[in-house]
Amino acid sequence: MTFLEKLDRLDRRIIFLIIGIAVFTPLLFKVPVKVPGSPIVQSIYEGIEALPEGSIILLSFDYDPSTLAELQPMSEAVVYHCVQKKHKMVFMGLWPQGPKLAQGIMDDVGPRNNLEYGVDYVNLGYKTGGLVLISSMGSAITDPFPTDTYGASLSTLPLFKDLKTLRDFDYVVSMSAGDPGIKHWVMIAQDRFKVPVGGGVTAVSAPAFYAYYNSGQLQGLMGGLRGAAEYETLIDVSGSASLGMSAQNWAHLMIILFIIIGNTTMLILKRRKEKSRGR
Amino acid sequence: MMMTFAGAIGIFLAGALTLAIFSFLYKDNPVYKFAEHLFIGTSAGYWFVYNVYNVFWPNVIVAWGEAEGFWAYFNIVMPVLLGVFMLMRLIPSIAWISRWAMAFSVGMSVGFSIIMELQTNILQQIGATLSPFASLHFNNGGTAAAVNAIIILLAVLSALVYFFFSKEHTGAYGHVAKVGIWVLMITFGASFGYTVMARISLLIGRVQFLQEEWWVAIKHLIGLGS
Repeated sequence: MTFLEKLDRLDRRIIFLIIGIAVFTPLLFKVPVKVPGSPIVQSIYEGIEALPEGSIILLSFDYDPSTLAELQPMSEAVVYHCVQKKHKMVFMGLWPQGPKLAQGIMDDVGPRNNLEYGVDYVNLGYKTGGLVLISSMGSAITDPFPTDTYGASLSTLPLFKDLKTLRDFDYVVSMSAGDPGIKHWVMIAQDRFKVPVGGGVTAVSAPAFYAYYNSGQLQGLMGGLRGAAEYETLIDVSGSASLGMSAQNWAHLMIILFIIIGNTTMLILKRRKEKSRGR
Repeated sequence: MMMTFAGAIGIFLAGALTLAIFSFLYKDNPVYKFAEHLFIGTSAGYWFVYNVYNVFWPNVIVAWGEAEGFWAYFNIVMPVLLGVFMLMRLIPSIAWISRWAMAFSVGMSVGFSIIMELQTNILQQIGATLSPFASLHFNNGGTAAAVNAIIILLAVLSALVYFFFSKEHTGAYGHVAKVGIWVLMITFGASFGYTVMARISLLIGRVQFLQEEWWVAIKHLIGLGS
């Protein structure tokens, strides 16, 4: 068996091993990669940056732990930005585990920045319904959410003194892993109630949402880990996304190399076979 | 961050199960099978309990206690009744009752979303595709935007032609449909590129977990960390 034939029948476990090493090694050295912000990510940053101090941002955590690696760095980056700008934050989730993930971030960020629950931020929790839920918030937030996730009546929370409907939010950010998610926020919050909507999605679904950005229905979009890393660069924070991008770069380089080697080998062997048949 | 003993045990188990799942990359084995079955069983149990406490309990039990007036009770009873109808699928002789609940659910959601889908995903998208032509120009730096608008319009039209099967894809019409296929292929290529990034991101997430949490938990358990 020639070298090319061996390469053609390469055990796929060797490829797994090389990808594993390509991912593990850069993470071991923890070298953050600063990814410059693209216009589509920069526009969310500018949208939140332009709001006056004390503006109220709705952050909807529409994902669960299966997409944590991609979406949690985005959520952290947006929360850091809101804290930097002293905006008020209201968390909720169209997915059951979303609000718990928001709580995980605030358990760390809240005490470090002396944020007071009920005044600086509130967690509404999860409610089923998707599109109907968002629409209902357009009439009155207390319709679907009479209490926050801990059972406190919204009327007792200072943040909700002047916050009555979806229209009262200055910006909606949805971190979305599927359905229900950012598409529904665009349909109701942006298109019906004219509240600006931005957010982040998993890399798999990102191309489908560029059309909403181009049409102006979405203020901005973060796609996958790269989108999160871009946002971290914009707010000058080295988070897990920036650290992950060096591994991402090496893994992509390896995959490109494998595609080139695999196709070249296949073409050479095919040509050799055709030649030997011609004889 | 201080780690408790129970927390360290939990993280250690999570890391060990992650490695058990990764062991499939070498070959199928009993450790992988155990982790897989454990995941499915735990997920099913978790979602059942989660739905009882986060959907059924607040929306039925708590709401019943706070309800006042006929319509408040009606709004609780009707969804519960439809939910019970849905469960009738488990009894073959009266399984047909579940169709009522299904019909209500499908009918309500279609009726609710059809106008918004039309508005958001068709009318606004058509508007965004055509609106650049109202101010199309090739001077003062407008060339790139103009070329972009023309390419998008041609791509949209050719992709639509490809999906129009009432006329045979031959001649000039066939050529346009072929351009449509190219547009679709480019779109799929972009999606695939993003998919590769997504999968690698998931691996990065797991490796970061093993490095930053699992390793710390192990050190805590053997008495080397805080």
